[in-house]
Amino acid sequence: MTLKQFYNCRILRNHELVDDHLWVRNGRIVDPEKIFFDEKILPDVKIDCNGLIVAPGFIDLQINGGYGVDFSHDIDNIEDAVSLVARKIIHNGVTSFCPTIVTSPFYVYRTILPKIQKRPGSADGAAILGVHVEGPFINPQKKGAHPEDCIREIYRGFSSVENAYGTLENIKIVTLAPELNRSGEVISELVKRHIVVSLGHSIANLKQAEEGCRNGATLITHLFNAMPGFHHRDPGLIGLLASEKIPKPIYYGIISDGIHTHPAAVRMAYKAHPDGVVLVTDAISALGLSDGQYHLGQLNIEVKGEQAMIAGTDILCGSTINLNRCVQKFKKFTNCSAAFALEAASLNPAKVLGIEKKKGTLNYGADADFIFLDDDLRVLSTWIAGEKVSSNFD
Amino acid sequence: MRLIIMNNPAEVAEWAAKYVMKRINDFKPRSNKYFVLGLPTGGTPLGMYKNLIEYVKAGKLSFKYVKTFNMDEYVNLERNHPESYHYYMWNNFFKHIDINPENVHILNGNAENLTIECQNYEKLIEEAGGVELFIGGIGPDGHIAFNEPGSSLVSRTRLKTLAQDTLEANARFFNNDMNKVPKQALTVGVGTVMDAREVLILITGASKAYALYKAIEEGVNHMWTVSAFQQHSNTIMVCDEDATLELKVKTVKYFKGLSKLHNQLIEEYVV
Repeated sequence: MTLKQFYNCRILRNHELVDDHLWVRNGRIVDPEKIFFDEKILPDVKIDCNGLIVAPGFIDLQINGGYGVDFSHDIDNIEDAVSLVARKIIHNGVTSFCPTIVTSPFYVYRTILPKIQKRPGSADGAAILGVHVEGPFINPQKKGAHPEDCIREIYRGFSSVENAYGTLENIKIVTLAPELNRSGEVISELVKRHIVVSLGHSIANLKQAEEGCRNGATLITHLFNAMPGFHHRDPGLIGLLASEKIPKPIYYGIISDGIHTHPAAVRMAYKAHPDGVVLVTDAISALGLSDGQYHLGQLNIEVKGEQAMIAGTDILCGSTINLNRCVQKFKKFTNCSAAFALEAASLNPAKVLGIEKKKGTLNYGADADFIFLDDDLRVLSTWIAGEKVSSNFD
Repeated sequence: MRLIIMNNPAEVAEWAAKYVMKRINDFKPRSNKYFVLGLPTGGTPLGMYKNLIEYVKAGKLSFKYVKTFNMDEYVNLERNHPESYHYYMWNNFFKHIDINPENVHILNGNAENLTIECQNYEKLIEEAGGVELFIGGIGPDGHIAFNEPGSSLVSRTRLKTLAQDTLEANARFFNNDMNKVPKQALTVGVGTVMDAREVLILITGASKAYALYKAIEEGVNHMWTVSAFQQHSNTIMVCDEDATLELKVKTVKYFKGLSKLHNQLIEEYVV
């Protein structure tokens, strides 16, 4: 197999940018020292990176669609819809993602969930890591842009969940509200099945939120959005960032677009709990498109500039920002290092999913999914399994 | 013997690197005529390696037709341990240059049979046509490679048990745990280095001053193994000011007076 050496680059490794080489073979990152001394061979191909930053490909844990398609609405041709987005987002440096389904009628889950299968990344698009189902077990008081008539309670514990989704096979993340009755047993059962539970669309107080974490929840869905504002006597879900009563530090998805989350709020979250930040787009069908009318699940929405709202209202309903811009804005908002901003969209989401040995890292043995960036953190090219799949220059 | 006295370690590194570059380029190595280079590890040669890497990157020097032989390696230390000389050479030099791994030789301290490993090493050097230029550093006790005081001055590549001083000095690299410090090493012999057609020894810092004095102004003595090179017909020692502190003023003045001549040794071709 071809042995590739990428040289003259600044590699994101162990939380810092280091001048080093990246060696790739069989779609994996390999240890060049072993190859040099054991196999005594030279690389077949040498690629000059011109001093660019090389970072792990981005991972988007929450993306509802884009480029005109909506995963929750385009149910008849869902495979095509997912493939289109998978193909397009590689230009933004995204090499893996979790297609996200908003609260939907049961027939929608049953129709599309079996069709969105996990698959590795390739020249045809970013890897699909599993579906993020956001709802329907959320709090109607924080429904955001989710259709209220589709929101469900957990009457019969875990069997309600199985009944709603039909199959759990392709699900990787479930967003639910921890204040719902019997949510505790549901969280435990999901976690047992290696499904990540994220807390959101919720009015839970901190106690309920902590109970959710003790049952196994490890993530917060789009921090600050679809939850009560911070209150000092009961900080609610936001309080998890500083909680001492949860088994391990929480991760939180955050839409760092400056619209869903004010730059000052992004800074506060970052200062309070830097290690937990996970940049997500929460992008909708209008991602990559111009202003106009689009769909989000069962709802009509209107996009104007960088804002997407439910048609005829001022309710925000997902973003139109790509993950590369989120990373750039996050760095600008927080004044963090380039390495930190990049890991917030790669290593941290990989840790949430427990795949940090394979994805979100450039350590030896990891998948060779990576991106080249300039010093403004603009993605210049994207590589999956060691092959260039997108180039934003030339 | 030539003694070249530079102002500081950075100048020593640059002089040595320029000299190595000139020697390789003048040799005009090619596929049927390899330049054979002996290499040291340690803090002193690090600057020289950095300069050489820059020359390679600038296209002024290539290691494509260079074969290298390292001086020594610890016994029973994992190859990727940060203190192993494989690790040192890979990270500080080989990964940055265009050398073919087939042409790189470092003693394997994890070999099943260490005696055979050492015998083969001598054979490999011989098959390569002998070492053209052997670069070395020295310890405060005047040892070259792991030829500790008292080593035979005609010794060949072999297994050596390290002196207690060396073990204690190394402990800091192994969490101050004496049990983890390698007790033995494989090393080329003084005789192996003496066989090289040319020897270049780098000496910097006040801690090496007494050893340099022993090497230059005293007689040949196996308690200061580097002194053996007084009997080598083509040896250059490059040192900094600090390393001359134990030398006589007249010795320093004599060698400094030759600096113009010495600088001609690293003059680049004007093509």
